[in-house]
Amino acid sequence: MDFYVLGQQLVNGLVLGATYGLVAVGYTMVYGIIGMINFAHGEIYMLSAYLTAIGVSVLSYWGFGSPWALIALTLLFAMAITSLYGVVIERLAYRPLRGSNRLAPLISAIGVSLILQNYVQLSQGARNQGVPTLIDGALRFGDQEHFFQITYMQVVIIVVAFISMLGLNLIVRYTTLGRACRAVQQDREMAQILGIHADRIIAAVFAMGAAMAAVAGVLITLNYGSFDFFVGFITGIKAFTAAVLGGIGSLPGAMLGGVLLGLAESLFSGFVNSDYKDVFAFGLLVAILIFRPSGLLGKPIVEKV
Amino acid sequence: MVQPLLQVENLLVRFGGILALNHVSFAVAEGSITALIGPNGAGKTTVFNCLTGFYRAHEGRILLREGEGARDLVRELGGFWGGTHRVARAGIARTFQNIRLFADMSVLENLLVAQHRQLNRNLISGFLQLASFRKAEAEAIDFAHFWLKTVGLEGSANQLAGALSYGNQRRLEIARSMCTRPRLICLDEPAAGLNPKETDQLAELIRALRSEHKVTVLVIEHDMSLVMGISEHIIVLNYGQVIAAADPQAIQHDPKVLAAYLGSEDQA
Repeated sequence: MDFYVLGQQLVNGLVLGATYGLVAVGYTMVYGIIGMINFAHGEIYMLSAYLTAIGVSVLSYWGFGSPWALIALTLLFAMAITSLYGVVIERLAYRPLRGSNRLAPLISAIGVSLILQNYVQLSQGARNQGVPTLIDGALRFGDQEHFFQITYMQVVIIVVAFISMLGLNLIVRYTTLGRACRAVQQDREMAQILGIHADRIIAAVFAMGAAMAAVAGVLITLNYGSFDFFVGFITGIKAFTAAVLGGIGSLPGAMLGGVLLGLAESLFSGFVNSDYKDVFAFGLLVAILIFRPSGLLGKPIVEKV
Repeated sequence: MVQPLLQVENLLVRFGGILALNHVSFAVAEGSITALIGPNGAGKTTVFNCLTGFYRAHEGRILLREGEGARDLVRELGGFWGGTHRVARAGIARTFQNIRLFADMSVLENLLVAQHRQLNRNLISGFLQLASFRKAEAEAIDFAHFWLKTVGLEGSANQLAGALSYGNQRRLEIARSMCTRPRLICLDEPAAGLNPKETDQLAELIRALRSEHKVTVLVIEHDMSLVMGISEHIIVLNYGQVIAAADPQAIQHDPKVLAAYLGSEDQA
């Protein structure tokens, strides 16, 4: 086993895993609070890729030269717009179906996903789009011939992802909103009797989930530079896998699941076969569902009587 | 005569062809402990569910006094801007037959959630821990500790609510309801599952709620010695209708009540 390949794959895996974790958080929070899998969540990630291109070009046109300012403002811009998308999608496509059969919002979510893909394809074109590289350079470890590197953009991804997750955890754990989220998650009726406007809390959860997906979308788009209207699908499914791996409904689980899935996928493509990395990731999903359906940090589901 | 705090008029609720409540009318005087009793299936919990907006009454009004006038909860909770969350704003709190604490949250957090309306809900100020937010939060924590002390749980503030004993969970539920700062607290079988000693403590607590904390209490209960001991007004429901409403002495000797509970001799 080559130490440098291992190092490189660990770095790549961590970067990939951090972004999976960010997207997975949205799946897990929505599942936790209203018990549905929001299959349109991947499209939020896709939208944020386009918003990155829009943000970067508009901001450069306005004369923001510093790459750091560009990244920070683009992040804020994309988070704000995707939060809005999250809230509107919930209001139009899921809330009217609340209280009906469990399958209805799921089908509605698939519909929203298709609508968003087609809407972006029609309005932005089906071709690959790109954004310029904002930050060059890399940290290298090793000598001239054998080395592994971590680009500065990858450092940014890991740092920003870490800060976002920490921030989200602090919000959920210590703020009034976070407390209300947990209360609604545990017993929505009781929370309402205590004066919590549950619909508003659910909307806030959609907004937070979408904002986290936007962080991932912006960072990955700035890293790879190219995207199309279909990028949300595979990332969405991978992030969903990560959420299930960590235990759906559990916030730390989603983050852990994301990182583990990213590392597993990256090590598999580095040492076994990169063509089959998706097969490996989804094989992992099947294995989890068979051997540990409640995930790594999830609680076994107890039927409420 | 003083206008009652809560006036229920002609409440009618249907489940399919069954009349769960058939023109139920009663009043709860301010500052009283009023009991709602009746055999199983009489419609007691249905009354509570209408009060808290879980069910919308098909007919009738639920008037909650507000200054000189009154607000109709049936209209308010069922309307376009309605929803159960408005019941706390109206000043009504409720506990359930089965305990519904937030079991995965600490005891203190349970009491803080109940003060959601009082706290500054602004995410940004909460996240940045602005002074106004910190002040509101500190007040909420003080208020929570006050109630923990009142119900005798001050030592358990940081325990998980789900880890408390059954009797303590019941007391925590009452404390949590009180943290919404209600005018009327509706207790649905608070003594269910309690041992005699815990039931006595509960009776003390309910009396204190009324006399020291100035809330009106409406209680559903099957434990007749508790009901007779604490309440000054009793409303008896049977088959969705009010069959008697009087003080405990009169209720104990009311032939219709005895018939409802024991079966009348005519039917036998």
